[in-house]
Amino acid sequence: MDFSIIITNFWSLALDGVVVGAIYALVSLGYTLVYGVLRLINFAHSEIFMIGTMVVYFVVGLFGFTGYEDPLPLHKFIGIFLLFAVSAALVSGLCAVILEFVAYRRLRNMGASRLSSLISAIGASFFLVEVFRKISDSKNLDFPRLINKDPFFTWGTLYLSADKVLVIVGATIIFIILNAIIHKTKLGLGIRAVSQDERTSILMGVNVNRIITYTFLLGGVLAGVGSAFYMVFYETTKANVGFLVGISAFTAAVLGGIGNVKGALYGSFALGLIQQYTAAVLGYNWRDVVTFVILVFVLLVKPTGLFGEALQKARV
Amino acid sequence: MSKVNASTFNLRDRFGDWWDGTSKLQRSIFRVVLIGFFYALPLLNNPIIDTPETSFTSVLFYPLVMFSLMAVGLNVVVGKSGILDLGYVAFFAIGAYTHALLSLHTALNFWEIIPFAMGFAMLAGVILGLPALRLRGDYLAIITLGFGEIVRIVAINIEAIGGAAGITDIPGPTSVFGVEFTVMDPRPYYWLTLTLLLLVIWGVIRLSHRKPGRAWEAIREDEDVAEFMGVATLKYKLWAFIIGGAVGGLAGAVYASQIRSIQPELFTLNLSIMILACVVFGGMGNIWGVILGAVMLGYIPEKLRFLSDYRIIFFGLLMVVMMNLRPNGLVPRKKREHVREKQQ
Repeated sequence: MDFSIIITNFWSLALDGVVVGAIYALVSLGYTLVYGVLRLINFAHSEIFMIGTMVVYFVVGLFGFTGYEDPLPLHKFIGIFLLFAVSAALVSGLCAVILEFVAYRRLRNMGASRLSSLISAIGASFFLVEVFRKISDSKNLDFPRLINKDPFFTWGTLYLSADKVLVIVGATIIFIILNAIIHKTKLGLGIRAVSQDERTSILMGVNVNRIITYTFLLGGVLAGVGSAFYMVFYETTKANVGFLVGISAFTAAVLGGIGNVKGALYGSFALGLIQQYTAAVLGYNWRDVVTFVILVFVLLVKPTGLFGEALQKARV
Repeated sequence: MSKVNASTFNLRDRFGDWWDGTSKLQRSIFRVVLIGFFYALPLLNNPIIDTPETSFTSVLFYPLVMFSLMAVGLNVVVGKSGILDLGYVAFFAIGAYTHALLSLHTALNFWEIIPFAMGFAMLAGVILGLPALRLRGDYLAIITLGFGEIVRIVAINIEAIGGAAGITDIPGPTSVFGVEFTVMDPRPYYWLTLTLLLLVIWGVIRLSHRKPGRAWEAIREDEDVAEFMGVATLKYKLWAFIIGGAVGGLAGAVYASQIRSIQPELFTLNLSIMILACVVFGGMGNIWGVILGAVMLGYIPEKLRFLSDYRIIFFGLLMVVMMNLRPNGLVPRKKREHVREKQQ
């Protein structure tokens, strides 16, 4: 173990941690929002993210980019990025709504046990992974490099490159929009009401099924946008890409307190940083073990997470 | 559980009614014939049940009887006690690695290693279960999922136990009762696993009829109520977890002794999910349903070879469809209410 690597690369690891954390945050918000309204871990959410990466890969393929291209000028790149981010968001959102309809709705309406919903979700998750494994022929799908990733700003060991700036700025904009949706719109009011007390909100005239559909849509859209950032940053995807991203995002949501939107953000950035530093010290292979250990540890010591369940009252 | 009667036809109750009407002698004959039939299966050369690509005798060993053994073990955890364990493959892996390492590095033979394989799997069950079983179901599912993956990642990353390349040249069992265990002939392994399966079934049925079985059922139906009624829920959940783990470890040791070389990539999440699909498909909590599920889900992809590439797709779909349309599985477990109705 070589701890000096942390000192020498402190700022560049921190930057990567924030970038990875921003991507996790977009995915973990889906877990947290759905948990808020349904008290249910949406097991197939990681596959919604995976579908997003596939859509991005497909849309970029439509432009005929292959392998290494001459970097695009910035305005052109942002235009293309917006195009594939929006298509990924739409398809992911749609898939999340379909998923809710197929795997959860009937079970919820007939009052089935938590175990049934969970098994149904796991089945859906495996179905999606294997379908895309067949489509992609178990290959890693490489995304062309569309943007100049050389650092344009250097300060000590901190190297700022365009893709990282894009992820951080883009994610910040999304978080501001999400905050406005949750706190300023009627939909957000509905989500918060159902999160606090489903029965009372039904009595108050909230259409709970519609709120749940919109919540899945919102979670899917966020995961879709996250997948666009993921593709720009990591430049590769495969059928089971969702597994590790999903577990990390879920861990982040639990770390911040599942059901708590702000907690998911803080948890994601904390986990992103922890992962970068531990990967630097222990090696990349142990990163995911560390993630799991953190998950287990948080659940055992403080299951409500660092920030507690703020979106709703804590329920047994 | 759900209050829905997804279908009025209930295979288990039909069979149960018939079974109740038989005499003790008839039952014994039925048991002997059935068990004899299963022991004789590899000797029958029947083109109808033969599998086209892999030889039928090796299909009998893996996946059929192996899946059945693991499904019966997982059924104690998932079906009987309602604990969703997504990392069952970890126990299987621990059993397999125990056999591989002990047989190569010590003088112990297969039969002496079996208790160690089960013991280590049980120990892992305690280490994981003691903290994790305090948590609610969905968290527990994620933790067990993580555990299954951690065991695999750790096995890949530790060179001392073979790393990603795994372990080769694992010795098989020494001969017993004049039966030789060779690489070429899967039949002795089938008979061995079938015997172990019968023993495990016997043990699980014994337990189900006694206090642990009632405690598991109470925990599955409503954990809070069970606790109020004085059931030591953590203790019985832990026991279910440990027993399930021990069966997984046993299956792993037998598996390693047959295939002779193991790699971490044999023990992926897919296997956990396949076993879970067997349990869910057959009928959670009912041992016969679970075995039927394991046999069908193991056999159909082998028989219809074009299906085998798509088996996980099919299994995933099956889990969603089963949960939505027939949440109690193909052969659901006996309901207490049903028994009461009949007595009135």
